[in-house]
Amino acid sequence: MSTLHTVNKSPFANSSMQSCLNHTIKGDAVLMIEDGVYGASKNSTMSAAVAAKNGEIKIYALKGDLAARGIDEDKLIEGIKIVDYKGFVELAAKYDLANAWL
Amino acid sequence: MSEAKRFLYVNRKAPYGTIYALESLEVVLIGAAFEQDVSLAFLDDGVFQLTKGQDTKEIGVKNFSPTFRALGDYDVTKFYVEKESLEERGLSADDLQEIVYEDEDDDWAEKPSIRIVDRVEMAKIMANQDVVLNF
Amino acid sequence: MKFGIVVSEGPYTHQAADSAYHFTKAALENGHEIARVFFYHDGVNVGTRLAVPPQDERNLQQNWSALAKEYDIDLVICIAAAQRRGLLDENEAKRQGKDANNIADGFRISGLGQLIEMGILSDRLLTFGD
Repeated sequence: MSTLHTVNKSPFANSSMQSCLNHTIKGDAVLMIEDGVYGASKNSTMSAAVAAKNGEIKIYALKGDLAARGIDEDKLIEGIKIVDYKGFVELAAKYDLANAWL
Repeated sequence: MSEAKRFLYVNRKAPYGTIYALESLEVVLIGAAFEQDVSLAFLDDGVFQLTKGQDTKEIGVKNFSPTFRALGDYDVTKFYVEKESLEERGLSADDLQEIVYEDEDDDWAEKPSIRIVDRVEMAKIMANQDVVLNF
Repeated sequence: MKFGIVVSEGPYTHQAADSAYHFTKAALENGHEIARVFFYHDGVNVGTRLAVPPQDERNLQQNWSALAKEYDIDLVICIAAAQRRGLLDENEAKRQGKDANNIADGFRISGLGQLIEMGILSDRLLTFGD
């Protein structure tokens, strides 16, 4: 069973994102939403941990939340894909299970 | 009714500082009536919910920790507690309250509900569910 | 797909109710079903009839009420969480001897069993919280 994990908090505010990454299995996906999109940026203390997981899992960030926070596409860790709400719905349908890391 | 679904209640927050632990437990109690296959996961600060010796008199809130001990009677017998989360917080199994259930398939023998699992195992447990409830 | 949605934070303070709204809207617009939207913890506050947010901001409560009306979706406020936080419908107000009720159009108050039932009925259950 594959899981779509969502993370909505900034990884610099609490450890939910790190905990999420510690509990994914191969084939899962992580979608960063709300303040979670800050975890998608390059050059932060979190970037290496996120980048390391790419490949084993698919990592996405929500378009509207990136734009709201002024995070340009070129500031994102390589390999992270951007989806809109429609894409979010498609991911939720595609993966067997949803797990929200609040 | 069709086959029971595997429900996992994910508890990652400490008790009392916020209401999530208590209101999560309230869902478990109501949910028991629906005869699904229920498991509880305690990781990150959620492990604090199960510690012994909680005395809430001075802060004036209800101590709901005894309720965990009653869950065995509701057929909620799978409490997965993450080893790494305990260790990070300086806790061991000895710091947790004793929670048991009576196994009707084994002459009502008393067995521990708390199963300490490592992170890798917890990830697998989370993956093998039909519904995950996050609090 | 049939989605069950949990909203577990209140309006405005957290983005959860907005994110849930946009997800739910996108799901409906793309032909999916919403089994139920269940409001728990502070999420019950999304269902207040008495909010008067600034004119130049979105009206979250009205957005949810309008979405429910347009697509005939079931918005359920947990009674236990609502009682704690002072959200009452007409019946509850009478039952509890309170002098007012404050549930918005399109929301109904019901028990926690509705959350479990939603989990049983849905193909996917998503939680929007904090």
